[in-house]
Amino acid sequence: MSQDTALQVNNLRVSYMAGEQEVKAVDDVTFSLYPGERLGIVGESGSGKTTLALALMKLHKPPAYIMGGEAMLDGSDILALEREDMRQTRWSKLSLIPQGSMNSLNPVVKIKHQMADAIEAHERGWTRVQIAKHIGELLGRVGLPESVAEMYPHELSGGMKQRVCIALAIILEPSVIIADEPTSALDVVVQRVVMQTLNEVQEQLNAAMIIIGHDMGLMAQSADRLAVMYAGKMVEVSPIGSFFSDPQHPYSQLLISSLPSPEEKRELAAIPGSQPSLLELPTGCAFHPRCPAVVDRCRQEIPLLRRFSDERRAACHLVEETAS
Amino acid sequence: MFIIVVILAATLNFIIPRLAPGDPIGAVLEELRARGASSGGDAEDEIVAAYRARFGLDQPIHLQYLRFLFNTLRFDLGYSISYYPQKVEAALLRSLPWTVGLLAFSTLISFAAGSFFGAMMAWPRAPGFMRRFVPMFMVLSAVPYYLLGLILVYIFAFVMRILPLGGAYSSGTVPRLDLEFLLDVMRHGALPALSIVLTSVGFWALGMRGVMVTVLGEDYLTLAEAKGLPDRRIFFAYAMRNALLPQVTSLAIALGTVASGSVLVEVVFNYPGIGWLLYNALRSSDYYMVQGVTFFLILTVAVSVLIVDLIYPLLDPRIER
Repeated sequence: MSQDTALQVNNLRVSYMAGEQEVKAVDDVTFSLYPGERLGIVGESGSGKTTLALALMKLHKPPAYIMGGEAMLDGSDILALEREDMRQTRWSKLSLIPQGSMNSLNPVVKIKHQMADAIEAHERGWTRVQIAKHIGELLGRVGLPESVAEMYPHELSGGMKQRVCIALAIILEPSVIIADEPTSALDVVVQRVVMQTLNEVQEQLNAAMIIIGHDMGLMAQSADRLAVMYAGKMVEVSPIGSFFSDPQHPYSQLLISSLPSPEEKRELAAIPGSQPSLLELPTGCAFHPRCPAVVDRCRQEIPLLRRFSDERRAACHLVEETAS
Repeated sequence: MFIIVVILAATLNFIIPRLAPGDPIGAVLEELRARGASSGGDAEDEIVAAYRARFGLDQPIHLQYLRFLFNTLRFDLGYSISYYPQKVEAALLRSLPWTVGLLAFSTLISFAAGSFFGAMMAWPRAPGFMRRFVPMFMVLSAVPYYLLGLILVYIFAFVMRILPLGGAYSSGTVPRLDLEFLLDVMRHGALPALSIVLTSVGFWALGMRGVMVTVLGEDYLTLAEAKGLPDRRIFFAYAMRNALLPQVTSLAIALGTVASGSVLVEVVFNYPGIGWLLYNALRSSDYYMVQGVTFFLILTVAVSVLIVDLIYPLLDPRIER
């Protein structure tokens, strides 16, 4: 594990306990995140993306439990932190841009107070004037007038609210930002500009960012690397360019062929079948019932996420065999 | 809107007592006869006619109505029939401080305590015993005021004899503003207040718990926690602050039921408030007094709803004034 990772997640397992039964929502996930990098995580609904994001901030609620693994941030394992230490870590080192930005702001509190309390909770010893100035400056950076500070959330549009959430996320200059479907509640035009703003402020801070979503187009524009999740596992991690030009995992290949392309006219391919229930995962590779290239080994042996070239990893027996 | 409510209230007030059987002069007469103080005959008929004229009961009903409406709006509620020549508004003003004091005090305590307990019962990081209060509050909120009042009187005033049986202050003392009298009033007010608080606290607690559960699932709570805010701040400024909004609306509505419910409490505890006045007026068919009291109760509810309406935009910026 090199020192220059912003966040190093090793063998993270998060499960929902349904009575005696354990439902593995995040199963043995390992990845690194480098400073200034944007890592996209895509996957179908229920593939464990949001559970992963919440668990990294330890915001998961019972019946979800972290069953194992570590997440090294700034030299310490945040998953092992005590409540109060975790509270201090949140936002100062690790911030979140929430999924449902429409309801992510307290409806009865002015924007400036919702921004100020994040600073006050971390005892930076700033004066009121400094805090007010900082808030005004941040709002300017995300393209909002300073007067927004005096407003209530219901006076803002969806795009403005999401900009407030972005300003809020960088208020303490964290080294890692987790954006959980940051634009899914917005219309396409606003999506683009909000995403640009997000990318700009992230670059200014040189913070590492995890972008969670299922919009492949958005990922192609924003992310540097892409991780694909399927049924709680990461099945492929690749730099964005090689992912789109040469996807390795059969699931990635099918995902890409299901996207419309402006260059060639072809029938869009749908992936046959649907994601298996996490309660009754198929034996071997979880994707094998839907995989067009399935071989016997896939039905028996769970493939591991293995490095097959310099920067690329995939969890597939076929990829492994062709590479070796 | 407020004016319409008041006029409508006054009208209902005029009609309803007149639908009841019996007439006030007759009732007084009946009582006199029972005591053997009246012999009947022509002289009595004359007296009856004179009294009917004095109270305006001999006029056609619509004239009575118009005069009543006009007087009511000037807050001239007429003479009490059973306590003639006392004016109704004088009796009301005398009883008012007792009722308002008792109700405002106990309702506010119960609202504050109930809302806080309710919020704690839903808070996942509250001590575990908090959740055990739920069934207790359910039982309490199902018990009627007066029944609990009777039980409390029996235990504290009759068996243990540590608190007075009834009244607002010890008989023989003269109301004045000093510490001794104040303590006396508090001792007398303790049981009625306790019965109101205990029976209504469950309503607030259970209501708050319900809203709180919904609020705790909101996205802004997740973000508040992600921001690394201390628990205390999340609990008060994010969760409770939002869950209180529907509670305040209920408060406006509940003030009405509390006001009328207190009638029974005052009867049980012999408390010289508006409720006690109403109870006695009803027993003696004192039209004007009944009208005065009910009108006043409606006015109280209308005013409190008005106040809550005016305060609400301060609590919830989404509601425009």
